[in-house]
Amino acid sequence: MSKTEAPAIEGWFTMDRERPHLLGTRCKSCQNVFFPKETSYCRNPACNGTDFDEIELSRTGRLWSFTNNCYAPPEPFVADDPFEPYAIAAVELEAEKMVVMGQVTAGVSVEELEAGMEMELVLETLFEDDDNEFLVWKWRPTAAAA
Amino acid sequence: MAHEVAILGVGMHPWGKWGRNFVEYGVKAAQDALADAGVDWRDVQFVAGADTIRNGYPGHVAGATFAQALGWQGAQVASSYGACASGSQAIATARAQILAGLCDVALVVGADTTPKGFFAPSGGGDRSRDPDWLRFRLVGATNPVYFGLWARRRMELFGATEEDFARVKVKNSRHAVHNPNARFPKSFTLDEVLASPMVSDPLRLLQICATSDGGAALILTSMEYARKHTADPVTIPAVSNVTPKYPNQLIEMPNFATDSGAGLSVPDVPFRPSIAKYAYEQAGVGPEDMDLAEVYDLSSALELDWYEILGLCKEGEAEKLVRDGDTSVGGRIPVNTSGGLGAFGEAIPAQAIAQVCELTWQMRGEAGGRQVDGAKLGITANYGLFGHGSSVIVKK
Ligand SMILES: [Zn+2]
Repeated sequence: MSKTEAPAIEGWFTMDRERPHLLGTRCKSCQNVFFPKETSYCRNPACNGTDFDEIELSRTGRLWSFTNNCYAPPEPFVADDPFEPYAIAAVELEAEKMVVMGQVTAGVSVEELEAGMEMELVLETLFEDDDNEFLVWKWRPTAAAA
Repeated sequence: MAHEVAILGVGMHPWGKWGRNFVEYGVKAAQDALADAGVDWRDVQFVAGADTIRNGYPGHVAGATFAQALGWQGAQVASSYGACASGSQAIATARAQILAGLCDVALVVGADTTPKGFFAPSGGGDRSRDPDWLRFRLVGATNPVYFGLWARRRMELFGATEEDFARVKVKNSRHAVHNPNARFPKSFTLDEVLASPMVSDPLRLLQICATSDGGAALILTSMEYARKHTADPVTIPAVSNVTPKYPNQLIEMPNFATDSGAGLSVPDVPFRPSIAKYAYEQAGVGPEDMDLAEVYDLSSALELDWYEILGLCKEGEAEKLVRDGDTSVGGRIPVNTSGGLGAFGEAIPAQAIAQVCELTWQMRGEAGGRQVDGAKLGITANYGLFGHGSSVIVKK
């Protein structure tokens, strides 16, 4: 019996396995964009906006910097046993002029990464329980998709 | 200068992994600072405590905890928490009280007992509204992950190498050998640093600061009070506790993303440089006037960022500074003469205070084998997650 796919956190990304997007908000007054979502008061000091639209962020960007975890992070991270090192990317979204961090898709090591390369958003399993597979956003080099 | 207060006494409890109650470390540091100042505890009018959050009910509410342990004597009290900037917030609070004429003698004290391993969010349970919990949960973004991102960025932008980062560690370890309060008073070679296990590429174990137990304290007084004790006191002419300006375009702990800069003009001075800028302006000095600096080397690579942030060199030139030995004791502008966090480890509420202790010993010529000849002006730099700047200028 296959497990149900569920987001590891509600409302942060679309559950589209093919072309997922991170979900942010845009202030209706000043058009500023927020990720994670800002829904109460606009954080632009020049704006008093309180109304926001939900928006999808760009699903590709340029690799700003990267690193990895050679050791398992502490809880509340749910680490596999044995732990497999994984890379982490900070990706610059051009339209939003914003850098967003995320894990790099499994199997892509830091040796395969280079600043400036195009990265795209994917969904992968973060952890599982008996019934569910909890998904999270990750970055993958666009060139690795083929 | 109009905004000076005197540092009449300094004291520290050695950093280590002692496993005792943090209050003991704070009391020891405070007693040393009192003895150093020649001030009786009962004459202290104000206690500014820097809080630990790792030991329950924020440092058992720090200022009062230390006041009780030293013996209740009715002093006014305040407590600060600003992550790694907690200590400089406590200094700022005490200084403001003195400058406002509300008291003449204040004790500033911070101490911590830390758990083993990585810092993780304190407290359990599902905290899906707390970014500090979520960054571990969703990305596994430990503190060294952020240090690694910043370090890799230096390599991409300026051609920094792993050897450059290792050189910082080697330099600081040579300073630490001469510091009795350092947790790791051991000199490392470049090969030893580069052979230590990779933690968050490109940073290795010996390039990332540990978590430590420790305590530090200052006796701050009005200039008038200080002159009754000493003709030429060391002083604090500036304290900076700035927050970022929107949009902050650098990814910082514990955030998942930077602010969006789309359609906005970015601040003239980004957050980190603004920490130093505010301190320099307040003291009416500039980076060219500095004799030494104590900076927040969470990683050896981050120390290089600070050279540029503090204006000790131009952007992209920090690697050359460490290669040329300019930031070693005996060089043009020694940095982290204490050994830095690399030799101490983080004892969060104490470390901004400890940086001021080091500069004070240097200004008095009491720094032994790590002494910078003729040190008269120095700056500390530090910052706490969630947007807490921290810098103190110390002057002879
Ligand atoms: Zn707005």
